[in-house]
Amino acid sequence: MAVDTPSQSVVKAAGDSVARGRSRGTGKPRRAAKKRSLSTHWYAWAMVAPVTVVIAVIIGYPLVRGVYLSLTNANERNVARSIGVNEIPATYEFVGLDNYADAITGSQFLATLGWTILWTVSCVAITFVLGLSLANVLNRRIAGRSVYRMLLILPWAVPGFVSVFAWRFLYNQDNGLLNQILAGGGIDAVPWLNDPTWAKFSVILVNVWLGIPFMMVALLGGLQSIPGELYEAAEMDGANAWQRFRHITMPGLSSVSTTVILLSTIWTFNMFPVIFLLTRGGPGEATQILVTQAYKFSFEISPRDFAQSSTWGVLILVLLMIFAAIYQRVLRKQGEVW
Amino acid sequence: MRRGIAATALVAALGVTLAACGSDSGSNGGGSKSSGELSGTVTWWDTSTVGSEDKVFKKIAEDFKKKHPKVTVKYVNVPFGEAQNKFKNAAQSGSGAPDVIRSEVAWTPEFADLGYLAPLDGTVALKNNEDFLKQAAASTQYKGKTYGVPQVIDSMGIFYNKKIFKEAGVEVPKTIDELKTVSAKIKQKTGKPGLYLRGDDAYWFLSFLYGEGGDLVDAEKKTVTVDSAAGVKAFKVVKDLVDSGAAKTDATDGWNNMQTAFKDGKVAMMINGPWAVSDTHAGKEFTDKANLGIAPVPAGSAGQGAPQGGHNLAVYAGSKNLDASYAFAEYMTSAETQATVAKELSLLPTRESVYIKPDVATNEMITFFKPVVDKAVERPWIPETGSLFAPLVTEYTKVLTGQTTPDAGAKATGDAYRKLLKDWK
Repeated sequence: MAVDTPSQSVVKAAGDSVARGRSRGTGKPRRAAKKRSLSTHWYAWAMVAPVTVVIAVIIGYPLVRGVYLSLTNANERNVARSIGVNEIPATYEFVGLDNYADAITGSQFLATLGWTILWTVSCVAITFVLGLSLANVLNRRIAGRSVYRMLLILPWAVPGFVSVFAWRFLYNQDNGLLNQILAGGGIDAVPWLNDPTWAKFSVILVNVWLGIPFMMVALLGGLQSIPGELYEAAEMDGANAWQRFRHITMPGLSSVSTTVILLSTIWTFNMFPVIFLLTRGGPGEATQILVTQAYKFSFEISPRDFAQSSTWGVLILVLLMIFAAIYQRVLRKQGEVW
Repeated sequence: MRRGIAATALVAALGVTLAACGSDSGSNGGGSKSSGELSGTVTWWDTSTVGSEDKVFKKIAEDFKKKHPKVTVKYVNVPFGEAQNKFKNAAQSGSGAPDVIRSEVAWTPEFADLGYLAPLDGTVALKNNEDFLKQAAASTQYKGKTYGVPQVIDSMGIFYNKKIFKEAGVEVPKTIDELKTVSAKIKQKTGKPGLYLRGDDAYWFLSFLYGEGGDLVDAEKKTVTVDSAAGVKAFKVVKDLVDSGAAKTDATDGWNNMQTAFKDGKVAMMINGPWAVSDTHAGKEFTDKANLGIAPVPAGSAGQGAPQGGHNLAVYAGSKNLDASYAFAEYMTSAETQATVAKELSLLPTRESVYIKPDVATNEMITFFKPVVDKAVERPWIPETGSLFAPLVTEYTKVLTGQTTPDAGAKATGDAYRKLLKDWK
């Protein structure tokens, strides 16, 4: 990561295998090193330049623009438009931090945030536990192991929107397969997506279904990197299955699981397609998470509220950055290198 | 020989390219007008119901070529629920927008206000415009200019399955109280729910709101009225219909589930408009078209009222082919086209002169809906009319699914409107 100081040149790292990790410069003045780096590696910089420019354009510009819009009162009716003969100049104004004050003091943002956190925590926790159990099952020599692995990876192989639409059909209260099966068992139709509580349950279920393959594959990889001798030795010492899991598997998996939990949390927090395609945030606003609500401000209500939408977008970014920072710090305290 | 063909093809291709360039730059400067003949492509976004209405509209639209051989019409069907947003995206960015859009009446002033539409006054699009019904023409006006040509007009009524009604031995309900007893009786006799009420679209709420004497806003007095006593009562009425089992609802897939249930005879009544007639006729319960009955929406405590709706054809201001677009809008709304549409789809014409044509005058659906439309409640044609539904549908669904009370739902809608309509009471 970018924690390496510039004093460590590429040549050094390549030529001297010891000089990895945190700055182990040889004590030369930094500026000289920089200069030398530039003169020897100008071609490297030249090669990196196009990528840097592209990233600046496709990530940097929207980001800066988003932050700027969140400080204005821009909406559909006051931004600049030029449509054929009609030339309309922009008339929105700079309003400072008003949007942020409104969002943080209003009930809508906090209520949505509450559900977003509940959604993220439950999705990640359930996916992790199920993924871990399945990975453990598939790590043994059982008959038809490769078939099970294939089947469990299937949700990953299908494009997300296709499977979400398939779930939407399954969930349909009147004509969906799930309710028809239930009706066969004499159970009344379940309002999968029509009742606020059921809808919350349904969206979590779909996201867990979608998320398991990733968890399982990553954890399976982790499991297979744990040497078998450890288990044999533990068994010799009389450790039971739970003790082996607790004291060998869990520590052996910690580096993989911290990474997948972090990634999974960020993805789930911003899991737009599942919510949008299944319920559009409904019924009412029962399943609206922060990103889908931000999308709604900017594309579904009219006049489209670009300012409020960007405000929510920036707040999402800030929240995730705070989360990542805390997570990293906690891990470092536990001696993890991340 | 072969070489000859290749050379001819090359020349032809060059010719086409040159012609394309020519017409492209020409239409900007009005070149196609000077030659006296329209050319190029007109893209039309239609929003009619897929599977029934769209086939008829596609054929009519493509027949435009018969009148103007050099114009190609590109027919695109955009689902009604998405069209408003899709058009806004395309119109604002300037890429991918159609030349002509079928714009719902409430969208027209909004699009015009945003500057997306070309004014049509003085163009061929408004040929014989004195023939249009006053109600239909009202929504095309914005700040003294005309931004749309009325294509169809509509309102809502109760669609009912005559067979189920006979089986249950009930008459068509005239009031909401009758609706509840009729529903209960149908449920008792046939086991089927009485009414299907869409829970995911607030347009289906309007007739209940009008029935209690309420309205969304009062544009003349610049007052928000949705959270008045009448508005609260209307929310209570729909909530009671669903809670008491008189009506069945769906908060996510309302349209499809409503149509499927009604077409398969799984529900006895639904509230709907002329746009649903041909789709309903395609259902297995209605192979005998006479089985479909239609009646005015049930009256509330203060009277009876259904919203007036419809569609206009509007021309995108950034169109590269304005002249052909104007002509296309005129063609699609001409008396001749409207008569065909009325005959095949039972949609209501917007021209006085079409109603007296023999095929139209005897159409059962049209003869039913014409008086309904005449009495229908007109919405204020302000740019914000198109914005009033988003806050309403959220609260409407919340009330129906028990997430908020009728009082709180009405109040939240009113607050959202006041935020939208600055300085309104």
